[in-house]
Amino acid sequence: MINLRIDDVPAQAEPGQTILDAARAAGVRIPTLCHLEALCPVGACRLCLVEIRNWNGKLVPACATPAQEGLDVVANSDRLTSLRRTILELLFAERNHICAFCVSNGHCELQDLATELGMDHVTFPYRFPALALDASHAKFGIDHNRCVLCGRCVRACAEVEGAFTWGFAGRGVHTLVEADLGDRWGRSVTCTGCGKCVQACPTGALFEKGKITAEQEKRPALLAEITERRPRA
Amino acid sequence: MPKVRVASVWFSGCSGCHMSFLDLDERLLELATKVEFVYSPIVDIKEYPDDVDVLLVEGAIGNSEQRHLLTEMRRKTKILVAFGDCAVTGNVPSLRNPILREEVLRTVYGEGEVPGLEEGEVPQLLPQALPLHAIVTVDRFLPGCPPPADRIWVFLQGLLAGKRPELTGADLRFG
Repeated sequence: MINLRIDDVPAQAEPGQTILDAARAAGVRIPTLCHLEALCPVGACRLCLVEIRNWNGKLVPACATPAQEGLDVVANSDRLTSLRRTILELLFAERNHICAFCVSNGHCELQDLATELGMDHVTFPYRFPALALDASHAKFGIDHNRCVLCGRCVRACAEVEGAFTWGFAGRGVHTLVEADLGDRWGRSVTCTGCGKCVQACPTGALFEKGKITAEQEKRPALLAEITERRPRA
Repeated sequence: MPKVRVASVWFSGCSGCHMSFLDLDERLLELATKVEFVYSPIVDIKEYPDDVDVLLVEGAIGNSEQRHLLTEMRRKTKILVAFGDCAVTGNVPSLRNPILREEVLRTVYGEGEVPGLEEGEVPQLLPQALPLHAIVTVDRFLPGCPPPADRIWVFLQGLLAGKRPELTGADLRFG
């Protein structure tokens, strides 16, 4: 058992567990977005940044950093709240996140994070990029305007369904999640139509057809429900 | 005690925020004992006065007239509030922002004379509909589409008590 401290509370972790695992076991809340139980951590969104006091205040993503003996972790502070809010504002400014008009309004992890982190406006200029919506799939749609590039769909498709339909194309703000190397989703020969990507998506970027404003609820816990019944080799 | 001088204005929005304000219902009577409405779409006053304590601005800024009025009002106002998601984020009016202004207007008005393309009898459409704080200093943000009446009430009570209203939890929510 590994012993560490998180927000001055003693915490424990098994070898192989992360700082985030230890924090959750100790009842300390750390906001996350790209992290999803059952999927490999990637540390992409940086919302779970924590400060390690005995590493000279170095910032590390809690979801992707292994718990280590003697770590003195700050999980919540004014500095971290300010950093997390800045990251969140950049996510909102990057694409066209218009809550009032979104299928996931009221059921969105991005929207909930704004509430949690006290974001009452975005201080960065909005980019208002021109992005497409692909509704070619029979059951689902993808609206790139609402995508935060967390990669939960990409990992759910690869790691749980094993179909490897989704991938990233492009670099930086121009990155897009694409099916089958850029083909229309509806023409994908690898997609099994299972919908795990839709359930994993934290925003309204992936949605079920037929859902209108505020109707799309997700079940991201579905992925862990599946993998726990199917132990990894 | 002199009444607080409150104004409101409606730019590129659907008037839903003002409707939500009217949903204060009987609380409007209590509000009327403390504030005087000196300019608003819901009162019949044509000129924006010089000394306004609180201005609630609904809507994004989508054309040159709105931009001009907002700048003028800012100058005459102590506390300017971005009232609702359009004023805070651009919201629904900003859906046109990725599309070129000319393309938007041609799609709506077709070929020939297109109002709003240039400054003329109608104000020029700005290239993008922007949140207020992209143009002037905003003192307070009240998000929501629309902000529910209860949230407006919490906010106004804080403001009238001379405090800086801190919206948290369910009272701080976009959409």
